[in-house]
Amino acid sequence: MDNFLTRYPLWSLIIIVLVAAFLWLVLATWPAELVASWGRKQIFLNALLGGITLGALYFLVAAGFTLIFGLMRIVNLAHGSLFMIGGYLGYEIALASGSWLLAFPIVFIVVALIGLLMQRFIFSKMEGEELRQTLVSIALSIVFADLMLWWWGGQSYSILAPQFLQGPMQLPIVSNVNASTGAIIWLRYPSVRIWILIAAIVIGVAMWLVLNRTQLGMLIRAGVDDREMLAASGVRIQLLFLAVFGFGAGLAGVAGIIGGTIQSLSPGEDIRFLLSSLVVVIVGGMGSIVGAALGALIIGVAEQMGFVYAPTYSIVFTFLIMAAVLAFRPQGLLGARR
Amino acid sequence: MRKSLLSAVAVAALMLPGTAFAQSGGTIKIGILVALEGAFATGGADGVRNVELALKQVNHTIAGKKIETVVAPTDTKPDTTIRMARKLIEQDKVDIIIGPLSGSEGIAMRDFAKTIPDKVVINGISGALETTWVDPAPNFYRFNLDGSQWGYGLGSYVVKTKGWKKVATIAADYSFGYTNFMGFAVDYCKSGGDIVQRFWQPLGQSDFGGIIAQLPDNVDAIYLGLGGTDAINFLNQYQQAGEKTRLIGGTIMADQTVLTARGRAKDALKGTPTSGPFAADNKDPAWTSYVKLYQDGFPAAQRLPSPSLFGLGYYTATLAAIKGLEAAGGDLSNGQAKFKAALNKLELASPVGKITLNENRQATGTVFVNEVVDGPDGNMTSKMVAKTENVTQTLGMTTAQFKALGLPSRDAVDCAKLRAGG
Amino acid sequence: MSVADHAPRLDGLADQRSWSARIPLPWWIAAVVLLLLPIVANNFWLFQVMGWTFILGMIGLSLMFLAGYGGMVSLLQMTIAGMAGYMVAILGPSGAAVSLGLSWWIVLPAAFLIAAAFATICGALAVRTDGIYTIMITLAIAAAFFYFTRQNYTIFNGYSGFNLVLPPKIFGVNWRDPVAFYYLALACAALCYGAVVYLARTPFGLALQGVRDNPRRMAALGFNVTAHRVAAYALASVFASTGGILLVWQNAQIAPGTIGISAAIDVLVVAVVGGLRRPLGPFIGAFIYVILQVFSTDILGFFGFAADRFKLIIGIGFLAVVLFSPDGVLALWDRWRARAAAQKAAAVTGGGT
Repeated sequence: MDNFLTRYPLWSLIIIVLVAAFLWLVLATWPAELVASWGRKQIFLNALLGGITLGALYFLVAAGFTLIFGLMRIVNLAHGSLFMIGGYLGYEIALASGSWLLAFPIVFIVVALIGLLMQRFIFSKMEGEELRQTLVSIALSIVFADLMLWWWGGQSYSILAPQFLQGPMQLPIVSNVNASTGAIIWLRYPSVRIWILIAAIVIGVAMWLVLNRTQLGMLIRAGVDDREMLAASGVRIQLLFLAVFGFGAGLAGVAGIIGGTIQSLSPGEDIRFLLSSLVVVIVGGMGSIVGAALGALIIGVAEQMGFVYAPTYSIVFTFLIMAAVLAFRPQGLLGARR
Repeated sequence: MRKSLLSAVAVAALMLPGTAFAQSGGTIKIGILVALEGAFATGGADGVRNVELALKQVNHTIAGKKIETVVAPTDTKPDTTIRMARKLIEQDKVDIIIGPLSGSEGIAMRDFAKTIPDKVVINGISGALETTWVDPAPNFYRFNLDGSQWGYGLGSYVVKTKGWKKVATIAADYSFGYTNFMGFAVDYCKSGGDIVQRFWQPLGQSDFGGIIAQLPDNVDAIYLGLGGTDAINFLNQYQQAGEKTRLIGGTIMADQTVLTARGRAKDALKGTPTSGPFAADNKDPAWTSYVKLYQDGFPAAQRLPSPSLFGLGYYTATLAAIKGLEAAGGDLSNGQAKFKAALNKLELASPVGKITLNENRQATGTVFVNEVVDGPDGNMTSKMVAKTENVTQTLGMTTAQFKALGLPSRDAVDCAKLRAGG
Repeated sequence: MSVADHAPRLDGLADQRSWSARIPLPWWIAAVVLLLLPIVANNFWLFQVMGWTFILGMIGLSLMFLAGYGGMVSLLQMTIAGMAGYMVAILGPSGAAVSLGLSWWIVLPAAFLIAAAFATICGALAVRTDGIYTIMITLAIAAAFFYFTRQNYTIFNGYSGFNLVLPPKIFGVNWRDPVAFYYLALACAALCYGAVVYLARTPFGLALQGVRDNPRRMAALGFNVTAHRVAAYALASVFASTGGILLVWQNAQIAPGTIGISAAIDVLVVAVVGGLRRPLGPFIGAFIYVILQVFSTDILGFFGFAADRFKLIIGIGFLAVVLFSPDGVLALWDRWRARAAAQKAAAVTGGGT
């Protein structure tokens, strides 16, 4: 840290000022002039939290995608379909059992199994043929999409959050001060989104710990760096591939339940989440979990901020960020240079 | 090379039946142009069902001529629609096209209709204003109301009956969103209501948290002109944010797509007034007998519980075709002149009341105001609370006045001016 | 299938015969059949089926050029075609008020140039990374452009797009007349095909194939790898633009849906199903796709499916091709011919003993 400060004094200063300004925006009561030009503070906070929580969802989808790519060099363009399958199954399970939480382990296992089958019977047959694997995954996504449309129809499905997660909760952040009474109004925010953010952070940290502190993680990191070497050193790499593919797929399925809870499921969502995963991993850096987290955060916040302050082109912003990253740092913000 | 040869043979083979059909004089072929792919698949299938239902009433025979149908599926993209329409005309040799289903398809078909002046196109259920308002095709007929007509009557209802005089609006940022909003706004502003803020949401925007936070506190209600998945997402997040402001729904905000969506998101709509071209619980015998006909016509598993908006549109269009053909004695010679003349002066007794056409071949008819209520099976349903008859394409204004509003767009309808009587 | 494994055959380079003798007989037959088709086929087949086949084939050809010779699988080609089509609609006359209504001799060159510039910029972005990344980056750019056209009303007329975009009456011919359009599309397709075959044998084309097979060695030899790749994008844009402009004229309209994500993927499907190795592939793929699409009701009905399962058939067909014949149906044909030849040879030797 000291090293950074002394090496890049100007950058450090800019970063410190930005962080301070940001903290002030979040914590302070906004003066009237700021409200006049930017709108109420509540709007800013909502957009920010919306972006962060959306980023949490993007992270869960993209983490599996980036892990699978990093280890196996498979660009699984059917990843969005796994998200959708997870969401639909989650809806059915939550409806049948009445338990939202129960849907998570079941969906994780079922979708992970689908992923295992895909890896075992299709992708592993064409190892090293990256383009062919990608084409197969596109074909699979077309087939899955139509099968899901056949089975679940074109309606929208939304999954009901359990009772204890419904409605808003109060956050320890000042939203506004009542001008006449002087009473502080705290920010109220949908509790389900806050808990999903917490869950995503827990999962992310757990993944990081597994990757960096365990034997298994060591193998995976070794595989990301040099697959041939790892295979040559006697590791049963096919098993490792299966495990990672299954885990990534299961994570996408679980994200589907969350997507179905805070948004909804309908045909086309698979492509939307596939695209957001692509953008997230391109921005964050291919194959990097921390990169996926950073990318998801940036994309989520940019999308929501754009949506609030410039709605017309909000959808395009995320792609502009991607283009900028590609132009100046093609390997992604935290990607290793290849 | 051999493939090219094979394809040439295939060309010849597939070409021949086409010519053969054209020569058989005793039949009239109707092409059904309908979206059967993607999100509209359910509605489109109901459209096809209703065409068959209407034709079954006349035993597939009009003026001694047998009626045959050909279905051409689209995916709601205008280019696919044109392709399929061309197939209907050139390959299947149909005489009449019934369709399409969605707005941008309708505009594309208007222009396609101009290239086939000897055939007749009767709109299925597409609702873009421009289809029959801007440069209409002389052989394109629309017996359903358009998107702006669907919004008419709701505004005066919420002002006069509910007393909601200040609203903010959130609507989808594309042509149908603008059009449907315009119908609401014209009537609403004229009745003395005020629109304090407008939000336009890009299609497919699924996170509405930021917008919900922006909604002003001091309004009586919020007008929502979203549809389908966007509507569900909004309602879901509206509930999660704990918002309680009353809602007013555009036509597709509280239609069957939303009311039959799976999950509890739609519960937020309870008590929301909305308007559209029909009311599910209409007591008018024309409507009840149609619903009965529909329910008796198909086994429960092969139909919707009651006819959908799409089904109704295609049913009305087919009904118009039947009546027109009967009046013309099945005579389609001379560029279908007799049939066209008959359609032009048709007074159609439809399930939703009398429908007549204006000089643009656009329907004048009834708009219903409904309110969302709890249904008997735990689902939501809608209850008719008012209706406005004889809603014209120009929303009760003169053509010049209506033209002065401009075409539907993000900032069409100057509310203050209309309120002042301009 | 890695494209790099299969260099297109470069025979004919040293062939000293006259050009007419070098073209094998089946090609002459195909040419005659295609030229005489309007005598037997009806308007629908000429305009819709064959016209669309040529158009889709040209857009697929631009992908084949990039993927087959340059090793870059780009999902951008539909977007570039759409850009050219949009330019024709925006600069030329159309039913929308946004159109400028300029005359065709300004519009057409401008459309090609703008599309080429767009392709160059996107190509420059896409070649910043290589290999399998290309497919992701181009997909994302294609999606961005789709969303942008849907939201922008001042230039692209938003969701509604442009209607009544009709071809100009050059030489007093109505180019939307089915026969005229058929010959126009056929001529364009033949030109594009010829151009790709020719380009593949030019020094540039050979260098591009070298870059595909071993970029490092080419760089060491003094070739500018990036420049070659970007130039390939620019060149490929010409084929895509031709297809895009014809597509707009054929449908008389263009809207964001025309260049949506599924359309971008359809181009990939067309090129892969036909075969990415040879310039003929995309046309074969396009023909199969068009037949399936146009006659989906009849075909699906024949197999007892509802008409709305079209995508399933396309998906399964595509899956089958990439699983079992990764070089497309053309490779199946090659295999079949090789086997037939082998059998014949076996029969001959067998008879000799």
